[in-house]
Amino acid sequence: MLFASRSFCCLGIRTYQLRTDSLSRSIKLSALATMAFRHKNTRRIEGLDSNVWVEFTKVAADPSIVNLGQGLPDISPPSYVKEELAKAAAVDRLNQYTRGFGHPSLVKALSQVYERVCGRKIDPLTDILVTVGAYGSLFSTIQALIEEGDEVIIIEPFYDCYEPMVKMAGAKPVFIPLRYKNDGNTASSADWVLDPAELANKFNSKTKAIILNTPHNPIGKVFTREELQVIADLCIKHDTLCISDEVYEWLVYKGNKHVKIATLPGMWERTITIGSAGKTYSVTGWKLGWSIGPQNLIKHLQVVHQNTLYTCPTPLQEALAQAFWVDYKRMDDPDCYFYSLSRELESKRDRMAQLLQEAGLKPVIPDGGYFMIVDVSTLNVDLSDVDEKQPYDYKFVKWMIRSKKLSAIPLSAFCGPETKRQFEKYIRFCFIKKDSTLDAAEAILKNWNKQTA
Amino acid sequence: FLSLSLQAKMSRPVQARRLEGTDKNIWVEFVKLAATYSKVNLGQGFPDFPPPDFLKESFVRALSGENYMLHQYTRAFGHPPLVKILAQFFGKLLGRDLDPMTNVMVTVGAYQALFCCFQALVDEGDEVIIIEPFFDCYEPMVKMAGGTPVFVPLRLKAPKDGKLMSSADWQLDPAELASKFSERTKAIVLNSPNNPLGKVFSREELELIADLCVKHDVLCISDEVYEWLVYDGKEHIRIASLRGMWDHTVTIGSAGKTFSATGWKVGWTVGPNRLLQHLRTVHQNSVYHCATIAQEAVAQGFQRELELYGKPDSYFVQLPKELQQKRDWLVQSLDAVGMKPIIPEGTYFLVADISKFKSDVPDVPDSDEPYDSRFAKWMVKNKGLAAIPLSAFYSGAHKNNYNHFIRFCFAKEEATLKAANDILQKWKREKTSP
Repeated sequence: MLFASRSFCCLGIRTYQLRTDSLSRSIKLSALATMAFRHKNTRRIEGLDSNVWVEFTKVAADPSIVNLGQGLPDISPPSYVKEELAKAAAVDRLNQYTRGFGHPSLVKALSQVYERVCGRKIDPLTDILVTVGAYGSLFSTIQALIEEGDEVIIIEPFYDCYEPMVKMAGAKPVFIPLRYKNDGNTASSADWVLDPAELANKFNSKTKAIILNTPHNPIGKVFTREELQVIADLCIKHDTLCISDEVYEWLVYKGNKHVKIATLPGMWERTITIGSAGKTYSVTGWKLGWSIGPQNLIKHLQVVHQNTLYTCPTPLQEALAQAFWVDYKRMDDPDCYFYSLSRELESKRDRMAQLLQEAGLKPVIPDGGYFMIVDVSTLNVDLSDVDEKQPYDYKFVKWMIRSKKLSAIPLSAFCGPETKRQFEKYIRFCFIKKDSTLDAAEAILKNWNKQTA
Repeated sequence: FLSLSLQAKMSRPVQARRLEGTDKNIWVEFVKLAATYSKVNLGQGFPDFPPPDFLKESFVRALSGENYMLHQYTRAFGHPPLVKILAQFFGKLLGRDLDPMTNVMVTVGAYQALFCCFQALVDEGDEVIIIEPFFDCYEPMVKMAGGTPVFVPLRLKAPKDGKLMSSADWQLDPAELASKFSERTKAIVLNSPNNPLGKVFSREELELIADLCVKHDVLCISDEVYEWLVYDGKEHIRIASLRGMWDHTVTIGSAGKTFSATGWKVGWTVGPNRLLQHLRTVHQNSVYHCATIAQEAVAQGFQRELELYGKPDSYFVQLPKELQQKRDWLVQSLDAVGMKPIIPEGTYFLVADISKFKSDVPDVPDSDEPYDSRFAKWMVKNKGLAAIPLSAFYSGAHKNNYNHFIRFCFAKEEATLKAANDILQKWKREKTSP
């Protein structure tokens, strides 16, 4: 009676409880209750507030912890990359806005590099969008092309942001797990495969897109041409888009080749390929990424971009462009950073694998990327007394951080609800770390082995 | 043959419905025109002078220092040194204790801060009040969030005889404003100092808005990117500091405008945790992190300004002083040739009435394009002087309400403003000579 009826309709249960109070107090409390209820989150972000990184990066920030968790290098970026940034920042004009969809010299450099890789003409102004990290590219792509009523196929385990981004767009994630097929002794990321019949079953008339990640985070799988062809055939048959997250494209190890699904017949016109400066040049803190694809798709990503953040930082884009020119000119040369970083990481990969094996563990050797997963159930750490209702791997990692001062990321963070149980005995280590970090990890793992012997 | 469901799928547009009505963007066109034709660019809003030396030095120190980890991810919701100093600085200005972890969030420019606000707080069916003229992104952002923009105009009150117009002459009609608040109103967007007019809302005007927000329990998204650029001794008042408003307001700021470094794209939001928590959810699901090095440099910039606050050496004292002088030069230039300037109380924009120059660009009665837009295009192509039509800052239905004004940016070197003056003088001579 004293308020607009709108105020009361939001109160619900609390109104009942307050009616018995004195009138003035109930008015004040009702008003506060109204305010609390009315300005809650929008529907699009309902249930999307928790995040594995927010949980684990805080814990691992303690400098006494050997951090092999979050995927960031603790090695220095190449010096010429840093120098180019200093040079760019000294140019007055480069401290002001640049072209919204991508700094001209950067999109030009990207078009040259990727024309060479893809073997097709790429228009720098219409076929490329520069974004705030590959993360921003994923967001722009999903917001531009996915909506309520759509289904999006996500391969498990998956980089964790795919699911909430698809949900925020109002669409339904449809999961399909990579399944371990080999009973042999050496575990390799190549042992994890999609079942073609199972995959085909996931496609229907509502399937708007499939998200592909190769090289794959967290397993390190590098999809073969044959595996990509299976996916491509289904995309073409069902007129489905492919969102191809290829941020680790240069990090492939001996015996493996990174194949771009956009280069398969019939796929260019339906694929958005995403790349990352952070992963290419070991500068995750620059937060620059890009989407490459046909104009009729990229133009919609550009619309999202112009309505979300409009431009990316200028000096970083200029520096990145210059770095790309340096490496574009030596793409036939083994010294090109794209290849030299890969070689450097391969030896770190091998070292990491050895450390884990010596500790009695069986790591999955990745064919690409800078992550390695390992089954920790063989260590038989009893965590049944830990009260929290979290999957085993979450509890294990927290315990490992506390008692061993070593951090990793639980694999169930990368799984949909049905598959979490399958992967909860695995944890993920990041090995793009300097020698002293790996030395420190070695010390912990050697010690661990002694204790459990 | 294609199945029916596949045919149906292929006949649907590939893009999502949320993009409807948001694809047009004035800047894409006008930036290209300026790049192609302009000799003097007073169009897009950015300084043609560099950021201050102390800021550039901070940036170089950060990128080349021993701590190469500044090239890697930092804390997603804001680099700790930056959120700490922002909490300190704005805590002082707002007269309250701010928690850097929960009351501050860093964004990719104020632009992304606005995006987070709308996505976090505006649902389908919500109404958002936008004061016209407005920074053009508010409308498409509200639409993309499924909201309905509700426009209310600043109305020009004729100045006293002989006086030049001031941005203060543009005012809201209180009854008209009150009538825009409905049951569905979720938020009002406030931009003070206002782009494009340069209006600095007075305490009375802000109280009017605040009272309505409190009465109707409506949020205020307060875009204060030009907060330091106020002239003639005017005071920028933060609406979040008014009674009842802290809980209802998200205040947005920009390093680009504060430190003349628009290309760094560092912005921030300040507000109560119960609102910022939802902005954090949007942020962690859209860009997640902002670039580290620029945040480190901006933090150092603010540290310096905190120490020099109110002193003559403070950049926040020097910059508005310099810009006021530039404003006055531009006012003189325009007035001398018959373009009637509206003297801005703040920002680095100035709007002028180009009615006296209409003979150069004849009216096209059935044209879809507003007159001032055609005028601005003609002017950049034929006179090499770039400016932005005021209609760019109005909703579709109202683009012809004030269609003989154009907006100039005066955050330019003296040489640029002199060159602009030369173009205007030559133009006037050509008009008056036979």
